[in-house]
Amino acid sequence: MMKKENISGSEALIHCLLAEGVDLIYGYPGGAIMPFYDELYKFQDKLQHVLTRHEQGATHAAQGFARVSGKVGVCVATSGPGATNLVTGIADAMIDSTPMVCITGQVPSHLLGSDAFQETDIIGISTPVTKWNYQITDVKEIPEIMAKAFYIARSGRPGPVLVDITKDAQFATADFEYKACASVRSYKPIPVVNPSEVDAAAAVISNAKKPLIVWGQGVILGKAEEEFKTFVESSNIPAAWTILGVSALPTSHPLNVGMVGMHGNYGPNVLTNECDVLIAIGMRFDDRVTGRLDSYAKQAKVVHLEIDPAEVNKNVAADVAVLGDVKQTLPMLTQKVASKPYTEWFEKFKAHDKIEFDKVINNDLNPTKEGLSMAEVLKEINRASNSDAVVVSDVGQHQMIACRYATFNHSKSNITSGGLGTMGFALPAALGAKMGAPDREVVAIIGDGGFQMTIQELGTIFQTQAAVKVVVLNNDFLGMVRQWQQLFFDKRYASTEMVNPDFVKIAEGYFIDAKRVTKREELGKAIDEMMASDKPYFLEVCVEKEDNVFPMIPSGASVSEIRLS
Amino acid sequence: METNYTISIYTENSVGLLNRVSAIFQRRHINIVSITSSASEIDDVSRFVIVVSMTEEAVKKVVGQIEKQVEVIKAFYHTDEETIFQESALYKVASKSLFEERHIQNIIKKSHANIVTVNTEFFVIEKTGFRHETEQLYDDLAPYGLLQFVRSGRISVTKSPMNIKALLNKLND
Repeated sequence: MMKKENISGSEALIHCLLAEGVDLIYGYPGGAIMPFYDELYKFQDKLQHVLTRHEQGATHAAQGFARVSGKVGVCVATSGPGATNLVTGIADAMIDSTPMVCITGQVPSHLLGSDAFQETDIIGISTPVTKWNYQITDVKEIPEIMAKAFYIARSGRPGPVLVDITKDAQFATADFEYKACASVRSYKPIPVVNPSEVDAAAAVISNAKKPLIVWGQGVILGKAEEEFKTFVESSNIPAAWTILGVSALPTSHPLNVGMVGMHGNYGPNVLTNECDVLIAIGMRFDDRVTGRLDSYAKQAKVVHLEIDPAEVNKNVAADVAVLGDVKQTLPMLTQKVASKPYTEWFEKFKAHDKIEFDKVINNDLNPTKEGLSMAEVLKEINRASNSDAVVVSDVGQHQMIACRYATFNHSKSNITSGGLGTMGFALPAALGAKMGAPDREVVAIIGDGGFQMTIQELGTIFQTQAAVKVVVLNNDFLGMVRQWQQLFFDKRYASTEMVNPDFVKIAEGYFIDAKRVTKREELGKAIDEMMASDKPYFLEVCVEKEDNVFPMIPSGASVSEIRLS
Repeated sequence: METNYTISIYTENSVGLLNRVSAIFQRRHINIVSITSSASEIDDVSRFVIVVSMTEEAVKKVVGQIEKQVEVIKAFYHTDEETIFQESALYKVASKSLFEERHIQNIIKKSHANIVTVNTEFFVIEKTGFRHETEQLYDDLAPYGLLQFVRSGRISVTKSPMNIKALLNKLND
């Protein structure tokens, strides 16, 4: 417990952050948050502040930081436009369950509701996209509310919390006493495990002849990678992943059968509609995973291990739901499920893998066309990084290619905007990821469209010298939208072709080492050079303009209607 | 099939929670039939009573999403048959009709309504009951000229217990 006599609200805020173990925050100053920044100036040695070039960048950087480190990401903005610029990042963190605390300044309390300069109702605006939010108007509330904010952001199913603090509450003084929050009476972050649910799940799984595990980010958020691996290995059940779950089990693991969903692998998608038991672990049956719901795994008994009761039966009805933290429930299940060979079942995955390799993967990785493919860039990154890198992807074709082809040895290595699909996510998120895991190689994979949505964060990367490796896969198109236009809108390329600037010159303008690759024979060497650098590095790879990402489950189609071309 | 469900929500008494709860309905494009918020049987615990018309499958999901809000203690849903519910209505009528139209007095008597106040200008009638009863009185009084009419949202208690006190004791442990 920490005590201070008669300190300002601003100083109290800083002591709260320090007490929560925060030593790095992202933000942007402005009128209503100036008292906090003034106090921050005095604590520079203890609390590093990274000035992003836009508040949205601060949120994504905080997300990247949180996703690689498992800690709460923190960002700060002023009232009005500063606060509204946070909204996209907050919504992204909400739908991808990322722990984040956002602090916004607010106009003085006597001006609330009066349309004062830079006043917005950020509590009203952020309510649907926050796990919790609160407006502090009294300096005395600061320690209790901040403790609650961090507790709620990180506990149970994590999420973003916003604390709005009026300027007068930052200036006012009070005695300060900090107690970490350990419970909130109306809030039950983790359901109590009911052993009979585990028994029922084990009984269903034990009778399976063709079981399939689909795991999601819950395994990573629950820090249950080891428990998960043990369950997979001891049960010998093929396991497929969602794009937020991917790195929880190494790509090379023999029981890892690949990615489910719209651009996932052929086998796990088709065989979802052949398995007899579907074991969903820490995932929420997003529509990009399930395709058409009324023909999704209808033949299978569904076992759902889940921390959030509202996710059970939301999209897919569970025959058995095991509520609780997977770190707790997986070992219980491991004890009760015996290993079986499932020989024929595994053969089916192999057969589908072969089809996908022959029709899609071989072509992606070893193209015969002159133009570079996105996948061969990923292949070179995998080689040069020994599959040890953190890959941060943006949104679109390159993202699906990155998720499909990046190989991972370690958990918390695939950072991408999953649920919200936020273009512009990757550049600032990669900065945050590098600062959250400074000893790891961090490679951002970004399209030419998304790159230009938050391109100004090159300035932040330059100023911090965070050694992020930024790879832009440039096809001069908003590629994923163009792909849909080609396949479903008779090639009417409405507003998807981009006339792009010289990205290398822009990076050089920020004093970042930069290179452009247009030919296959230059690619490997350029990636080696990028990886060898201990500074930020920018690499533009000009790729084939009209390549498509396959396999693909067309929107509204069933997983078994997945297309290979 | 869509039917009326009464959703009862026990919550902490905090600013902004109404917004958070109503946003869950708005997201799913559900129209709220009526909503009331008041004190509950427990100190510092508020109770929302929200009436919606939807399918049971949908109401279950909505209640799940309500319940996961940090400041919501517990949420329930019930059919009309599982609850005792009432609404209150106030009718403001010009005083001259009370004296000139003897029939009004019969209407009031017949409907078991109460006269809340009378002065030289107007009088106010209060009726508590089911929707069809307050509507009947409305129809009966309308020909005499209603100066104002207002009806409350549904208030409701359930036939089966909702043991919030026990739940709170458990949470406080």
